Amino acid sequence: MKTENILEVTDLKTYFFRGKKIFKAVDGVSFHIEKGETLCIVGESGSGKSITSLSIMGLIPEPGGRIESGSITFDGKDLTSITKKEMMSIRGNDVSMIFQEPMTSLNPVLTIGFQVMEPLIEHRKWKKKNAKEKAIELLNMVGIARADEIFHSYPHQLSGGMRQRVMIAIAISCDPKLLIADEPTTALDVTIQAQILDLLRTIKDDIDSSILLITHDLGVVAEMASRVIVMYGGQIVEEATVEEIFDFPKHPYTKGLLGSVPKLEEERDRLIQIKGIVPSADKYPKGCRFAPRCKFARSECFDNEIMLRKVNSKHFVRCVLYDDPLVKIKEEKK
Amino acid sequence: MIITEKKPNKSLTKKALLRVEGLKTYFPVKGGIFNKTIGHVKAVNDISFSVKRGETFGIVGESGSGKSTLGQTILRLQKPTSGKIIFQEEDITNLSDLQVRKYRRHMQMVFQDPYASLNPRMKVGSLIEEPMIVHGLGSSDERKKKVAQLIETVGLPSDAILKYPHEFSGGQRQRIGIARALSINPQLIIADEPVSALDVSIQSQVLNLLRDLQEEFDLTYLFIAHDLSVVKHISDRIGVMYLGKIVELSSKTSLYENPLHPYTQSLLSAIPVPDPHAKRERIILQGDIPNPTNPPSGCVFRTRCPSAYERCRQESPTLTHHGEGHYVACHLYTDLKNEVEK
Repeated sequence: MKTENILEVTDLKTYFFRGKKIFKAVDGVSFHIEKGETLCIVGESGSGKSITSLSIMGLIPEPGGRIESGSITFDGKDLTSITKKEMMSIRGNDVSMIFQEPMTSLNPVLTIGFQVMEPLIEHRKWKKKNAKEKAIELLNMVGIARADEIFHSYPHQLSGGMRQRVMIAIAISCDPKLLIADEPTTALDVTIQAQILDLLRTIKDDIDSSILLITHDLGVVAEMASRVIVMYGGQIVEEATVEEIFDFPKHPYTKGLLGSVPKLEEERDRLIQIKGIVPSADKYPKGCRFAPRCKFARSECFDNEIMLRKVNSKHFVRCVLYDDPLVKIKEEKK
Repeated sequence: MIITEKKPNKSLTKKALLRVEGLKTYFPVKGGIFNKTIGHVKAVNDISFSVKRGETFGIVGESGSGKSTLGQTILRLQKPTSGKIIFQEEDITNLSDLQVRKYRRHMQMVFQDPYASLNPRMKVGSLIEEPMIVHGLGSSDERKKKVAQLIETVGLPSDAILKYPHEFSGGQRQRIGIARALSINPQLIIADEPVSALDVSIQSQVLNLLRDLQEEFDLTYLFIAHDLSVVKHISDRIGVMYLGKIVELSSKTSLYENPLHPYTQSLLSAIPVPDPHAKRERIILQGDIPNPTNPPSGCVFRTRCPSAYERCRQESPTLTHHGEGHYVACHLYTDLKNEVEK
């Protein structure tokens, strides 16, 4: 049985222009999301993971930034070629987004109720009375106690965790087919993070949607994802199922990332460190973008653009090391 | 990569460098038409602990638990309401601002936000030199030499001296902050969330650096953070804070292998493990941390505690010893003990 893809991104390039400089925030990214799966994009700041999600939502800040080339096919429609008006009818309806900052992404002068009802009135053309009922139902669904009181409150009266729950209620109000969550728990405390992740998991099954989760926290990835994309310097450096990423990481960057997190159950004196810093998006190194920080870099890494290589049908890696027959044999022996 | 064997814990035999006894820091809440004090935010509420020389003492807690206020109060950046801060066997709680400056030579702070804690109009060289000028240390030449040496120690390029902070990345700025704190050879460094603003790969660089510096300069750290895995990695002993109180205090191994307080247990279980095969029982706490102006009666954690009972509402538990330097403030354990004794 062939699973349907809800989203297909092909060779997406999103560039920003400042004077003579070109910042290649997203530089040739291709991936797909299957129906009902949770895809995680992992990367550090400056890797282009957030810009990828903003490109899908059609929210690239203009002027200054634009999608240079590539296509984003959502449910059979190419989002890069439709008009702004058409995009508005999709955004918040079929695709919706949960942002990182629950403090700044809600409108401070409108009540919670108004903000939850808004997409229902806007997209579904519901009457206010029906929308109110649904809004209270949604607030209950995301675990807000006293929903009918909170309905009349303003964002500043709620805690961070509550605001993030409200954001989720707004995002799921029109039963989106795709939910994009950009670092949804980064600003929250661990005990609240656990609540929110748990909520996202149940909601996903309830409304039968797919999730694109963007995060830098590998713990969150292990918990939520079915597939993982690792981004570095605007490119995908590795793509695999969650088990493969953690058990058999191939790219030196992925390995470094996994080794640099302190773990609770392990006692280590020193953490693995990746030397140096993420390159700026206006001056990537010529060859492999990770080469200047890579322990295994050799001359060929600095010369040519490195392509994604296929490890197996679901595992891809952008590294020349993988072509080395010796490395391959070693990996197979494992 | 050099793997350094950590020396056996000598600190056990050493005297306490810092002792905090019954420390309270309250902030008044003003209100009403005459702007009278109508209540207090009990940010730090009766905290006692001691830090031995050469040790790393970690403080973990969620936002609003009072961990940062605790660090600031120890440095006397906040005035304590009551209690004692004893540094090197001397009570520094009630010293005047001028007198306390003398002690700040021995305790320095590394701040969370490397973007906000460095003056953008000063060059890195002067930034690192400044504490030495304030404390009147060395001649100009000596100071310059020391700056050059520090820049190398924390792993910054030597031309950094003449650059401005904006020319550096977050991790490098945190290194500048560390060099600045080290410039006057302090004995105690209070690090308030020093890595939480950094990316993981940079975070590990800074954590390794802090470790190396501790060995090199025989430093004592008070490490404040919300991330349990980071705190566990760097600390020898850990205190868990909740709403202004230390609810559990223990060596790190004992805390992670045998957490006693229900809050510590849920905190540990809430951390996402970077391993897709890990299957764990998760205790998901309900609700949020209560408002510190109006904390619950009795045990502060009882509103979210899965095993709260009547006694928790009535009386506040105190930290009691539970074997091998493991302290916990929870009625469950004192009641258990009493029953066994009976």
